[in-house]
Amino acid sequence: MLFYTTHDSGVLKMVLQGELDEHTAVELRKQADAAIDEFASSNRAVLDLGGVSFMDSTGIGFLIGRYKKCKRYGIPLYISKINSQADKILSMSGVYTLIPKIN
Amino acid sequence: MENYMKLEIAALGENESFARSAVAAFALSLNPSFSDLSDIKTAVSEAVTNCIVHAYQTNGEENKILIVCRTQKRENGGELHIEIIDYGKGIDDVDEALTPFFTTLPDDERSGMGFTIMQTFMDGFSLHSKRGEGTRVSMTKSIGV
Repeated sequence: MLFYTTHDSGVLKMVLQGELDEHTAVELRKQADAAIDEFASSNRAVLDLGGVSFMDSTGIGFLIGRYKKCKRYGIPLYISKINSQADKILSMSGVYTLIPKIN
Repeated sequence: MENYMKLEIAALGENESFARSAVAAFALSLNPSFSDLSDIKTAVSEAVTNCIVHAYQTNGEENKILIVCRTQKRENGGELHIEIIDYGKGIDDVDEALTPFFTTLPDDERSGMGFTIMQTFMDGFSLHSKRGEGTRVSMTKSIGV
């Protein structure tokens, strides 16, 4: 799993690449939380999941966990780009009502 | 024509990726669509993760997961049967476990959607669990129908 961030004009962008499962989520949680802490004054945060080639229900827990963390800082969180496999899981679990998809 | 494979792995997180890829590779002989393969990988990942996270209290290679797959090939596609078996603590309340969003570990960011995903993504699903002895998940995917 590869994780990197960019920060520009108050927007924290977090890019995830690889397979997101129970095993890889452990490290990813720490990295994402550290990025959110570092850029806590962001106007918005965006998760780019276009490079996530596989996701199981661990992804739901991961995303809701980051949503809650961003919410504590008052940062709205969005998802940009997602593949069809991950989209199917997030659609059925209602994640998009908390973390809307943007273009 | 029938075919089968039997795979025993240690209940370790690093085997989650291997397990779902191995089952997907075995299913290839049925000429599944990309979407079928994604569904199979996701369902297997959910079942194997359950064994690792819930069935066994300790983390070690002595904890085993058995994966048995059978294919029944037809002219255009066929059926894939998957059994995922552990010898862990079993499920206290199966009805509760099958309820969407129910989890015994909410503090660990568990979504409680594992069994729901298995049921939704596969064409057949059944669960057999005995306290103190283990759990067996059986799933079927029909390909090319």
